[in-house]
Amino acid sequence: MARRIDFLPIYAVLFLIFLYGPVLLLPLFSFNDATYAVFPLKGFTLKAYQQMMHDPSLLKSLKNSLMVATGVSIVSTAFGLLAAMGVTRYKMPGRGPVMGGIMLPLVVPSIILSVALLVIARQVFDIPLTLWTVGAGHVLLCVPFSMMVLMARLEGFDKSLEEASGDLGENGWMTFWRVTFPLALPGVVSSLLMSFTISLDEYVMAFFLSGLDQTLPIFLYSQLRFPQRLPMTLALGSTILVISTIIVIFSEILRRRGVQTTKPSGL
Amino acid sequence: MSDAAKGSFVAHGDRARAAKGSLIQRFPWLRGYLLMSPTLLVMLAMLVAPIVALVVRSFWTQNVFQIDTTFTLRNYAQIFQLSDKITYWMSIPFPFANPVYLILLVKSILMSLAVTAFVMLLAYPMAYFMAFRVRRHKFLWLILITVPIWTSYLLRVFAWKIMLGFNGVINSSLIKIGLIDKPLDFLLYSPSAVMLTLAHAWVAFAILPIYVSLEKIDRSLLEAATDLGDKPWERFWHITLPLSAPGAIATSLMVFIPTVGDYVTPTLVGGSGGSMIGNSIQILFGRQNDAPLGSAVSVVMMAVITAIVCLFLWAVGYRKIRAREAI
Repeated sequence: MARRIDFLPIYAVLFLIFLYGPVLLLPLFSFNDATYAVFPLKGFTLKAYQQMMHDPSLLKSLKNSLMVATGVSIVSTAFGLLAAMGVTRYKMPGRGPVMGGIMLPLVVPSIILSVALLVIARQVFDIPLTLWTVGAGHVLLCVPFSMMVLMARLEGFDKSLEEASGDLGENGWMTFWRVTFPLALPGVVSSLLMSFTISLDEYVMAFFLSGLDQTLPIFLYSQLRFPQRLPMTLALGSTILVISTIIVIFSEILRRRGVQTTKPSGL
Repeated sequence: MSDAAKGSFVAHGDRARAAKGSLIQRFPWLRGYLLMSPTLLVMLAMLVAPIVALVVRSFWTQNVFQIDTTFTLRNYAQIFQLSDKITYWMSIPFPFANPVYLILLVKSILMSLAVTAFVMLLAYPMAYFMAFRVRRHKFLWLILITVPIWTSYLLRVFAWKIMLGFNGVINSSLIKIGLIDKPLDFLLYSPSAVMLTLAHAWVAFAILPIYVSLEKIDRSLLEAATDLGDKPWERFWHITLPLSAPGAIATSLMVFIPTVGDYVTPTLVGGSGGSMIGNSIQILFGRQNDAPLGSAVSVVMMAVITAIVCLFLWAVGYRKIRAREAI
């Protein structure tokens, strides 16, 4: 027993170093005054960040990504909320397979989903590839996450509150806006934020389903080919990293606080 | 007459409404499906329909710029055509005329298996630590593990490129220390670089579900085992491991399945030696402009993955384990 107590915390710390070490190199080198990402560090500079702020195609792709991510987060949260309400309120026959189907995008390799969507968009319906197709693909990826977050939230609160609202004469719609939605709100915000980050960071689907308009990850990927652009790429990567981290922390705080009364929730 | 007609119409409407009401009253779960219907429709249109289209496409052929829609097995024949000339990869014989897709598939599966094993070995102790050792600041640990899951996958691959590159962090540091004279060129652009990067990208993802299954274990069982004289190791072996097995098995599948088809990591850190089946699918749909063959390769890949998963679940007796958990 005593030996394991000594070992596990050491392992945990080493693990965190392994997990965070490589990623933290990005911000570290982004402030380094050199074209190569090598030690020793040369000197502190914000040049890369200034360069980043003045790159028109970067700003364009940032705008595209923000638009897609905003739309995706709202749409997938709406779908997730409806599905979560259905699943948590009623004992539905066939619930298992239906849930399994909705969760499928979590496990199917995203290249399969991407090429399948590409085939149906281009070759079956002849839909031009735009940011809309990227957004549609991202909704497919985000709905399972939204639904999981919202199910955990909805399972946690007392059903009698909704019944009371009904007994007091509110119709279904008013009950939803006055009781269900406020109670689910932390879950809703958490789902919005989570879908936003997933969409903002997603590369594979965006690569297959975007037309001329790039999203930020596609722009980032295209920059990786140019060694002389490395500092700016590092700066861009670090910025994305910081923004995603802030959003994720905020979303997690909301989500975990929301379900603390029940069992610890999974993903 | 018109009154009578109106009367019967109203009565009919009422009856219909009553019948509808009673249907929903008789089967309240229908409301559940009603609520879910928009989501289900979207998933049907964007998940089921595209995959059906992909499968259909795999039986068609590409004629330069046009698609020939006569049903044919030509794409599958191209993948599976036997030949007397045997190609060897890692001393595995491939008696196929055009073995590249199958070799890449086998290679991807082996690499993913290695990644999955590595991820589970790294993740399980960490999940165990969080479930049983962390008492204070549990929330902080959860956040620390969760953040890397949601921060860009592309950036983590990029970070490893910087770490392992010819002029990368590891090489330049080793030269600085004086351990080596020239950069090691095998670090980047190799299957091991791909596996290391994939493991790093998935390990955080694997911790949470294992953690949840460990956290759910009834602590009184562990106390009982201790009271009955089990040593900590025996206790782990008899109680903790079996009870967390369903979660761990599900987690390993959630790592294995998506990594088989990954193509970003092999493209960025794999080079030519580290490419995987996802790369050929991407090339077939992109540069080679042969969507039907690409669809066929995708279908074969999905079929093989499904077969492996079913075989694995059957071999470990997943149903039995689940049943035991339910008791």
